[in-house]
Amino acid sequence: MNISRRILLTLAAPVVALIFALAMSSVVLIFSGSNPLEAFADMIGHASRLETMVDILNRATPLYIAGVAVAIGFRMNLFNIGVEGQYLLAALVAAHLGALVNLPGPLRILFILVVAMAVGGAYSGFAGVLKVTRGINEVISTIMLNAIAITGLIAYLIRQWQAGGGIQSGVGRVGTTPIPESGLIPNLNSVLEFFTREIRQGKQLTGVLVVAILVGIGYHVLVNRTRFGFDLRATGINPFAAQVGGVPAKRMVVSAMVLSGAVAGLVGMAEINHVGFFPANPIKGLGFTGIATALLGRNHPAGIILSALIFAFLDVSSGVLQFTGAASREIVVIMQGVIILAAVVAYEVASRARERQEAKSAAEALGDIKPSEEAA
Amino acid sequence: MNFGKLPAWLRWALYAAVGVLVLTIVQRFDETRSLTAAGSSQSMLRWAVPILLAGLGGLFSERAGVINIGLEGMMILGTWFGAWGAVVYGPWWGIVLAVAAGAVGGLLHAIATVTFGVDHVISGVAINILAPGITRFLSSEILTTLPGGSITQSPRVPGVGTFTLPILGGGSIGTWQSPDFFGWLASREIFLISDIASIAKGLVTRISWISLIALLLVPFTAWLLWRTRFGLRLRICGERPQAGEAQGINVYRFKYIGVVISGALSGLAGAFIASPELSGIYLEGQTTGRGFIGLAALIFGNWKPFGVLGGALLFGYPFGIGLRDLDGSASHSLILVNAIGLAAVAIWAATRGKRSDAVLALVLGLGAAAWYLTSDTLPDVWINILPFVIVLIVLVFFAQRLRAPAADGLRYRKGEN
Amino acid sequence: MATAIELSGITKRFPGVVANDQVNLTVEEGEIHAICGENGAGKSTLMKILYGMQQADSGTMKVHGREVRFVSPTEAIAAGIGMVHQHFMLADQLTVLENVILGAEPTKALGRIDFEKAREHLREVGQAYGLTIDPNDLIEELEVGERQRVEIIKVLYRGAKILILDEPTAVLVPQEVEELFRNMRGLKEDGATILFIDHKLDEVLAIADTITVLRDGKTVATVKPDEVTAHDLAELMVGSELPTPETTESTVTDQVALDVDSVTVLDEDERVLVDDVTFRIRRGEVVGIAGVEGNGQSELLDAILGTRPVHRGSIQLMGEDITLLPVRERRERGIGYIPQDRQQEGLLLTAPLWENAALGHQTKAPFAKGLFIDRAGSKERTEHIRDEFDVRTPNVDVHAHALSGGNQQKLIVGREMTAEPIVLLAAHPTRGIDVGAQGEVWDDIRLARSKGMATLLISADLDELIGLSDTIVVMLRGRLVATLDPAKVTPRELGAYMTGAKEGAA
Repeated sequence: MNISRRILLTLAAPVVALIFALAMSSVVLIFSGSNPLEAFADMIGHASRLETMVDILNRATPLYIAGVAVAIGFRMNLFNIGVEGQYLLAALVAAHLGALVNLPGPLRILFILVVAMAVGGAYSGFAGVLKVTRGINEVISTIMLNAIAITGLIAYLIRQWQAGGGIQSGVGRVGTTPIPESGLIPNLNSVLEFFTREIRQGKQLTGVLVVAILVGIGYHVLVNRTRFGFDLRATGINPFAAQVGGVPAKRMVVSAMVLSGAVAGLVGMAEINHVGFFPANPIKGLGFTGIATALLGRNHPAGIILSALIFAFLDVSSGVLQFTGAASREIVVIMQGVIILAAVVAYEVASRARERQEAKSAAEALGDIKPSEEAA
Repeated sequence: MNFGKLPAWLRWALYAAVGVLVLTIVQRFDETRSLTAAGSSQSMLRWAVPILLAGLGGLFSERAGVINIGLEGMMILGTWFGAWGAVVYGPWWGIVLAVAAGAVGGLLHAIATVTFGVDHVISGVAINILAPGITRFLSSEILTTLPGGSITQSPRVPGVGTFTLPILGGGSIGTWQSPDFFGWLASREIFLISDIASIAKGLVTRISWISLIALLLVPFTAWLLWRTRFGLRLRICGERPQAGEAQGINVYRFKYIGVVISGALSGLAGAFIASPELSGIYLEGQTTGRGFIGLAALIFGNWKPFGVLGGALLFGYPFGIGLRDLDGSASHSLILVNAIGLAAVAIWAATRGKRSDAVLALVLGLGAAAWYLTSDTLPDVWINILPFVIVLIVLVFFAQRLRAPAADGLRYRKGEN
Repeated sequence: MATAIELSGITKRFPGVVANDQVNLTVEEGEIHAICGENGAGKSTLMKILYGMQQADSGTMKVHGREVRFVSPTEAIAAGIGMVHQHFMLADQLTVLENVILGAEPTKALGRIDFEKAREHLREVGQAYGLTIDPNDLIEELEVGERQRVEIIKVLYRGAKILILDEPTAVLVPQEVEELFRNMRGLKEDGATILFIDHKLDEVLAIADTITVLRDGKTVATVKPDEVTAHDLAELMVGSELPTPETTESTVTDQVALDVDSVTVLDEDERVLVDDVTFRIRRGEVVGIAGVEGNGQSELLDAILGTRPVHRGSIQLMGEDITLLPVRERRERGIGYIPQDRQQEGLLLTAPLWENAALGHQTKAPFAKGLFIDRAGSKERTEHIRDEFDVRTPNVDVHAHALSGGNQQKLIVGREMTAEPIVLLAAHPTRGIDVGAQGEVWDDIRLARSKGMATLLISADLDELIGLSDTIVVMLRGRLVATLDPAKVTPRELGAYMTGAKEGAA
């Protein structure tokens, strides 16, 4: 199969999914008495403003990191459903310890990042250990560990730490002890303004964007260029063959889970660095949207960028609907759900088409059309 | 304890009796009454019902070979449609709509996994993302127009009503107030016997009709899946679909049926959560992972209906205790119960020569005992996670003994081996 | 005699291949009719069409003179046709009874299964066929031969008069084959028509009344067994001369490459799988292990490769103890491996060929540079393997699943051979590939042997085992029970050792 055709097939699936999602939500909007064209126009118009773009990037940053965290597992056929619990727990512990230690600015930043990765990696690695030593499927264990982290550990710890010097005053500003300004990753407003214009409304482009870019590059190099990545992908495609090929299966499972959790630990950094502490009511759900992001992006480092931007765009630009009254902003939540369901179906259909194509063209290229029972 | 030679029902009855015995002893030791109080078992049942329904739903799906972690999402659909239907058309219509909405969720899962061959876990995750989106949109469009409703909650939801068993539980027949046998026995203060009676009293007092349906579904499911042609054919789809196909069975159809039933049961579970039995209101996010606990009950119960019931009751129990336990003292007793449970596991493992398992269980058990001795109360956050911890512990020690259907989660395509 | 089945002009295409091309087949009532042909000749596809599991693109089918068109097995079953698949269609976790009645359950009101009636019917059928298995046993508790009998009972239970058996002897040892043939003759006496697929020619000649040979998806001949010799049949199947796996002269040296000393392997429940096994392979030597599947051969191989822990004993490679080393290090030190199931254990089906060629050697040049993968080096090496081992592929970027079975196997053989291993572990190296590729694989092993490679060979094909090995050891219930000289042993004798009917000096 030639290259252009392959690219076409790869792109066709997500595009079809997006169109399908647009169509579905249009139908819903029409039924609820709104004009879909007007609503979409409002959203796009809103998104073309610089300040909205900053918001979109700010939202896409943690989504991208979450997507990569999930994708690392996926490349090995491991479902880290636990990113949700891992990033919240990691952010809480990192913010708390980051405020406690006495380190100069850059070192404190580094310390917070390292603690977050360590906590996320350890919590996720526990699921990996349970899998290799006890044969417990990681889907089940990470679901359980999510619940334990979110409704148990975090709820308990934040109550403890809030009491011990955390912020309790002020509306909506409740959480752990604030991290000194010097320990926060500076925003990127000046960089962006260099290329564009002044950013108004007090919007700040998160500095964690740099972390996300580094995570993306690291992910690409690790998975596609290194021996470790080869082992990872081989195990994902065929664990038995990988093992026979000398890949230490158990160690790979634990490593992949630790790595996935360590990246997951960075998801919460955007919020920590934005508000300066771990809030009692943090942004939740990024872990699950991260799964969607990885799926739509096909676990590809660049694909996840696109899907993170799409989900972030939907999240952020829907806000405008409330003001214009063109439609209920909740329509985007449906769109996100439909996109992801349509995308996974479309990918499946596309990959079947691709398999058929390849078998056929391999046979044709050889002029070797032989009867084969294995084709059945 | 090895009851292996006894018939299953007797074995389970014995396990239950031993469990109550432990509770009784701990309760005497701790000078509390709530562990075997009628109120505790009553709220245990209420918490267990949605777990049970979701677990049975999972059973139908996984016995047909489709993993369904979308139970949670289907349950969310159930809560919304159950509440909205009950508010607008009356409680029974709420149930019908909840079941239908859950079934549609199941249908979606079936289309993705069975027809298109999408990975079951991925499709389940997608449904768990889609479902709250749908309910949120519907809330913004519909609930906000109802008096007392908002984007995150519904007006008060009417219930289908409850009943109390006459004679055993003191319910009335017509105008005649029947005697209350269990209540009488519970008040006699006989060691163990009164405790059992007290628990039994809770299980026959003010039972919701939905709870009754859920409980009856357990033997019905066992009968349907293991005694009928339909059941055998559905189960082959989860064990070896190619064998079914070779005998001319339409595997796709049975998988669809299994998954749609699982959605319907999850929807019913959702309706129950929104009903006055538990909440009396639709509240965004109120399922709090109960679909997943249902899945846990399914695994705990080794993919068998009565096992699912056991799991649901076991996981419902701490919630039931925690709910009525304002000062955290009764919950605190549960730590000791857990320690005893772990000690039992340690003994079990030791008698089977699994030394490392025995040591691990012993260490965990001693840890629990130490925690018990060094504290007086248990914060409610721990009660909320107890079912998940129990599941993890059960899996740690028994994962190798549990047996999922052989083709569970595998992609099936007609004509492929 | 009336005609039971008449197929004419059956054609079936799959993407890229024509599995059946204008196939004609006539089966008389009450005969045992063998379908012969190489792997890939289209036998299984034809049987699946006859059984309604697949539909022909064109052609007609007649059963007992009546034209039929099956869109599912249900109709085939209704027409009195039953099929025993090569891979048993049994659910391990279900009972014998449940497996047998599936799809033909006697029911009472409300769809309840009438288990009494079912058990009664099963007993009748079982008695007629000589089955003595408890209907309440789970399938997982049964031996291979017993499972096959359950499969046949399953077909008879439905009252089938025409039985299709897809390679029924593939999983059996010679003694079990004889019992199967006795049963087949008994069924024939009771009036059954049997169609069976086989490519072991002596078996075909021993049991069949009529033989139809398929080649490249076409019927090439229909003959009677007394009209032909095995050699004629072979030529019909292949269309040319058969290769033989005979080793020429001995290349055995004095240097011990692999020394397996009192090795014991246990499973998770501490049952003994390999029991105190000791043997040596010298450079230039091929040691063949004969044994019925499930007697510890694969576990022994796993232990040498390192995917299974050794409980007791030691393994030495060129005088160095490797008993505790991980798989990767053993491979780096020179152990090559041809797995018994290439798709399960040997390939990454959805990865490009060059990555498949790197698998198992990804830590060494030319596949790796330091901690990174050397893509250019890997591709170059893969192209070399392609040319050297005649792997038919347009380029090295196609995915492995696009290749035919024989080409996949040649890729694996090439991958292991170019790494020039000291010891090669080869499990069923020619299973399921066509005769041409088979001959090439044998040549490759012989060539490497002459260069000093030590080989441990497992094969269910006794001719292959006898032809390639310098020494044959027999494994039974985890133990080495005999050491034999391949020059002096016949397949029959070997079968007797394998089942324990005959004992020898280990």
